[in-house]
Amino acid sequence: MSTIHYIYHILRTITSGVGVSLPRTSLSEPGTSVREIAAGRSLSPAPPASIPQHLIDTLGLKTPARRREAMWGIIFAMPWLLGLLIFVIGPIVASMALSLTKYDVITPPSFVGLSNYVTALTGDDLFWSSLQRTFEYAVVVVPVGLSGSLLLAVTLNQKIAGTSIFRTLYFLPSLTPAVAAGILWQWLFDPQVGPINFLIGSLGLPKPGWLASPGWALPAVIIISLWGVWGGNNMLIFLAGLQGVPAELHDAAAVDGAGRWHRFIHVTLPMISPTIFFNLVLGIIGALKVFALAYVATQGGPAYATWFFALHIYRSAFGYFQMGYACALAWIFAMVLMVFTLVQVRLANRWVYYAGGEV
Amino acid sequence: MVRAVYPLQRPIVRFSGRLLVYSYMTILAVVFMFPFFWTAASSLKSASDIYIYPPIWIPAVLHWENYPTVFHLVPYATWFLNTVTVVTLGTLGVVISGALVAYSFARFRYPGRDLLFLITLGTMMLPAEVTLIPSYLLFKYLGWLNTLKPLWVPAWFGGGAFNIFLLRQFILSLPHDLDEAAIVDGASYVRILQSILLPLMKPALATVAVINFIFGWNDFLGPLVYLTSPENFTLAVGLRYFDVTPNQPGVPEFHLLMAAVVMGTAPIIALFFGAQRYFVEGVVLSGIKG
Repeated sequence: MSTIHYIYHILRTITSGVGVSLPRTSLSEPGTSVREIAAGRSLSPAPPASIPQHLIDTLGLKTPARRREAMWGIIFAMPWLLGLLIFVIGPIVASMALSLTKYDVITPPSFVGLSNYVTALTGDDLFWSSLQRTFEYAVVVVPVGLSGSLLLAVTLNQKIAGTSIFRTLYFLPSLTPAVAAGILWQWLFDPQVGPINFLIGSLGLPKPGWLASPGWALPAVIIISLWGVWGGNNMLIFLAGLQGVPAELHDAAAVDGAGRWHRFIHVTLPMISPTIFFNLVLGIIGALKVFALAYVATQGGPAYATWFFALHIYRSAFGYFQMGYACALAWIFAMVLMVFTLVQVRLANRWVYYAGGEV
Repeated sequence: MVRAVYPLQRPIVRFSGRLLVYSYMTILAVVFMFPFFWTAASSLKSASDIYIYPPIWIPAVLHWENYPTVFHLVPYATWFLNTVTVVTLGTLGVVISGALVAYSFARFRYPGRDLLFLITLGTMMLPAEVTLIPSYLLFKYLGWLNTLKPLWVPAWFGGGAFNIFLLRQFILSLPHDLDEAAIVDGASYVRILQSILLPLMKPALATVAVINFIFGWNDFLGPLVYLTSPENFTLAVGLRYFDVTPNQPGVPEFHLLMAAVVMGTAPIIALFFGAQRYFVEGVVLSGIKG
């Protein structure tokens, strides 16, 4: 629960910080209507209005007008109620059940207890190695990606002409479909006639085999990812965060004699720490889920050098049709992601600063 | 304050500082743009030019015929049409059903609403891999495998947690007096949504539409799992199919593949330039999907 509250809070902080689609004032202004408090505020971790309001809601159903309101509310929510059941909760239950079976789609599933989980953890050579590859990838892509995005955002946040053109140019790679990026980088990384090795060769350095070499395939996939990550969503979110830092704070620090670097470390970074946290949580989840790029650029090879965990799940399910085993892998994966998110939420109150005060 | 002490240095420092910033930004832009340039240049080379070393940066003769050739080798026009179909129907579904559900969460009181909203947010933390296999089995049971339906029908069931969240927050930011006045005047809820809220929600709906259009266009895992025969492919899986097609004499070679990549990427970039305002606002809120 607390994780959901946290994510909700961060989403709200950012949506109000952007101030475009979701005006800041109307979300955080005190003294709004009771209904708005019930709707918007009751999710804040310490909700004073939540429980009484809930009782009022239930009691309120006694009047015909409130009954009508409730009925229409449920009617309007109906698409999602059905969608939640059919495409989320149903599949979750089915996936849990299937993970305890052996199922090849043709013959009916047979119950095998926890043996899929045991096999994954002890009897599958590619399980640990694919998990390790995925972490190796994330350990580079997340910090290098985030700091690069922040650097670009800081550069673009200066009050000089033409920054919007540069912003667009940096952003375009992230719009490129992962499949297209995978294919075009295969060609850029071509060991014999590609332009990257031409450049490296003309500097007199040895030319790597890139996507074709077991040692260089992972760095190559990381480079392709960074091309899309640096100027992408993270940069835009950082830019929105930077624009929300009050100029008075910088001025005050400058009066006290703080230079640019000190102001960045002691004013900018703390003020945008919620944005960093948001990008970090999503960046780690995104990096651990890496799939399409590797599937297209390397097919997981060579010699399983880029065999990431999502590829392992995919092949177990749709290559070997071991549906039960693949469901067990998916649940292990979900657990890993949840643990990472929870740890970050726990660590967050040590370094994330909310200017509004309420968390 | 520091500037006031050295007034004479100011213009010089400023000028050279700016020159430095602009050169730095330009170098970065060249690095970011180079893959696009190389792709476009390669797509216009002849089959013999592409393997020349050292590389030819700009081909002397531009081979525009590479583009029509792609259409002869693979059902590219069909892939394009399939992609447009999936993405348009999916986006419509998200916008229409998402607006209804967001309206419910933002403006109605009923028991269990807040719990339902919490569960909705909770679904955002679940990786797609968990629900993928049961969904596949469901669509198999329905006989929808190798059709486009699994790729757009689910979008009509509320459009997913993120879109609902974004639209709900937007409705909450609209003044409530408008609907209350309409209720007093005897307007129905459907009418309030139709004539009061939807017109005001246009920017948020545009944002949701643009984001979903781009995510749908780039989606790879869904089509990869659900589509099996090439005539049903979307562009994403089609490009990959073209990439790995066993080499018949001379095809596919990188100049043709690059032409296919250009045609698969250009529509999204064009859309971005057309709807940049909505996109940039929206993408800031959309990280959750990435």
